[in-house]
Amino acid sequence: MRAMPSRILIALTALAVPVSLHMALVVAPTEEKMGVVQRIFYYHVPSAFMAFLGVGLCAIMSALYLWRRERRFDIMAHAAAELGVLFCTIVLVTGPIWARPVWGVWWTGEVRLTSTLILWLIYVGYLLLRENAENREQAARWGAVVAIVGALDMPIIYKSVEWWRGLHPKVLKISGGGGLDPSMERALLVCTITFLLLFATLFLERVRVALLEDEVEALEHAIGRRPAVAAPASGPGGTRS
Amino acid sequence: MSYLGIVALVAAKDLRTELRSREQALSLMVFALLVLVVFNFAFDFTILDFGSLGPGILWVAFIFSGVLALNHAFRIEREQDRIEGILLAPIDRSAFYLGKVLSTVIFMGTVEAVLVPLSAILFNQSITPRLGLMVLALVLNTIGFAAVGTLFAAITTQTRRSEVLLPLLLFPAAVPIALAAVRATSHILAGRPFARYANWIYMSAAYDLVFIAAAVLLFDYALQE
Amino acid sequence: MTANARSAPAAPLVAVRGLVKMYGGFAALDGVDLDIGPAESVLLLGPNGAGKSTFLRLVAMLQRPSGGTIRLWGEDPARADRTALRRRIGLLSHQGFLYDHLTAAENLVFYGRLYGLAMDAGRARAALAEVGLEGRRDDVVRALSRGMQQRLALARALLHDPGMVLLDEPFTGLDRHGARMLQAMLRARLDGSRTCLMVTHDFEPAIPLATRIVILAGGRVALDRPAAGLDAPGLDAIYRGVTDLAMPPPSAS
Repeated sequence: MRAMPSRILIALTALAVPVSLHMALVVAPTEEKMGVVQRIFYYHVPSAFMAFLGVGLCAIMSALYLWRRERRFDIMAHAAAELGVLFCTIVLVTGPIWARPVWGVWWTGEVRLTSTLILWLIYVGYLLLRENAENREQAARWGAVVAIVGALDMPIIYKSVEWWRGLHPKVLKISGGGGLDPSMERALLVCTITFLLLFATLFLERVRVALLEDEVEALEHAIGRRPAVAAPASGPGGTRS
Repeated sequence: MSYLGIVALVAAKDLRTELRSREQALSLMVFALLVLVVFNFAFDFTILDFGSLGPGILWVAFIFSGVLALNHAFRIEREQDRIEGILLAPIDRSAFYLGKVLSTVIFMGTVEAVLVPLSAILFNQSITPRLGLMVLALVLNTIGFAAVGTLFAAITTQTRRSEVLLPLLLFPAAVPIALAAVRATSHILAGRPFARYANWIYMSAAYDLVFIAAAVLLFDYALQE
Repeated sequence: MTANARSAPAAPLVAVRGLVKMYGGFAALDGVDLDIGPAESVLLLGPNGAGKSTFLRLVAMLQRPSGGTIRLWGEDPARADRTALRRRIGLLSHQGFLYDHLTAAENLVFYGRLYGLAMDAGRARAALAEVGLEGRRDDVVRALSRGMQQRLALARALLHDPGMVLLDEPFTGLDRHGARMLQAMLRARLDGSRTCLMVTHDFEPAIPLATRIVILAGGRVALDRPAAGLDAPGLDAIYRGVTDLAMPPPSAS
């Protein structure tokens, strides 16, 4: 049974999505230079925020796991990483879709996008590494090491790619500073909140599923260890001479 | 034995083993050379300027042979469960980590020491006036690569698919090193003033510090049961 | 701490209560209670999968328990200074933990220094002499026979004079002669001054070394009795009775 907070969250998200769609596709004015395709911005940018949220959350939960060794921290780290990869993928897909009609190229080698690609690779690696561990504890421990290294690396990667690309003007004007129409800002805000709600909903559901999986495994194990049917006196381990 | 003593002990053990068996040195060298040769055929250097492409090619060679070195560093310990002898010892495991980084840096350094002059000869590039800076760039970036690589290799060599997993994890994580190495090397070869690429040198140094510190703290978790 | 202190209330070196070790859903150890006192020499037997090696590895602190408690010298490894505890334990496995390309002497110097001992060539020589390998000190480990490698591994395990010695299938891969030599070395070195926990399928060379027999089955202690007066056939009979299985054939030829 879902708890109340979870239901409220799902309801809020369900409400927010159509509102954000409306804001992004209808209310916000069409950008003069780029045209309709610019509206991808309202999904591209919040996705990037959520990707970083996922990565940051994963690193924090990983550190907590290493400190406390509690299963729930590991579950949350794993869920955060999965969501991080999901939103990273959205960024990496929407970026080229936006770039192609506007600048004629799929990939602009832009700093943020390139850094996001590297981030994506690291956390896909995280997920694959976990799959290759022998048991859950190992997966948690190894994942935590990689997640912490990855999070520490992000600012350094960003800086190095930025220097690499040189200081020519940014191709994509994403920063919400000067130049953004207030109604565009509003649309962006609404979409960001929607994505945040979406993240939270997916996160809670994912954690819930993982906890349920744990419960199932524990039950299976309990059944296997102590047979419900009456066993002979000399059952496993019961014999004394 | 002191902490640094253990670091030296582990590195010395690796070096002595390598001198006796020569398992690694030759294959690393040949592999790196092969990468150079392949690139030589892939690009036409009568048209292209080595100065612009050379550093990139060199570092591809170093990185690929570096992955081999890292895998080897832990394969010795995995065989016959020798790593358990280390795990049982009353030492700080981060000292073992640093010892492994040291021996890996030495192995990679040997490959670099041969390949850089060799490529200079092959491609008529002069490096002697800037040798000191070249060595600095090589050393700093090799340390950074080995620092993160050793931590990851300690983990991936415990899996069945270590050949795939180590590069998969290490290459993205080592992007700053790759960029810093190629840019710095490129500027040095072109004889540009230090101020032009000082930031790349500082980045390598910062990377080294951050990740050696992180790995020293995290290494035990990589090896625990 | 004398050899007869078996039943004395001296604080046990190893105190285990309700020890559980899970691998995924499988319980390798499912509630083990065991005390090992000073100078005891415990022979741990059991069918494959009974958890013998797992138990030994938990005592060696190579793995962490899933449940229950374990105390070494009264301390909890999860909380205490594990480095200090490691210094008091020596492990001889069927894998020697030896470096193939280093000589016998070099291996001992490496491990000695790893354990914080002031090792030099002279002390390595002395340690090798104790296991009859002095003449082979400059031979690389690859050149040594399996029996010699095990003796070298024994020297390595005892180099730092540990209070507790753990043996994990030490006779594996040894021929009869090699097994006898190792047994003689063990008898000499474990002369009642050290606590010993031995896991093996090769009960024949091991029985004379034991003061106590413990049989694990299904992850629990099935039998725990003194070894006094037991010989190989006697032990075999008891073992069958306990586990309803034939003793697995010894790996020595």
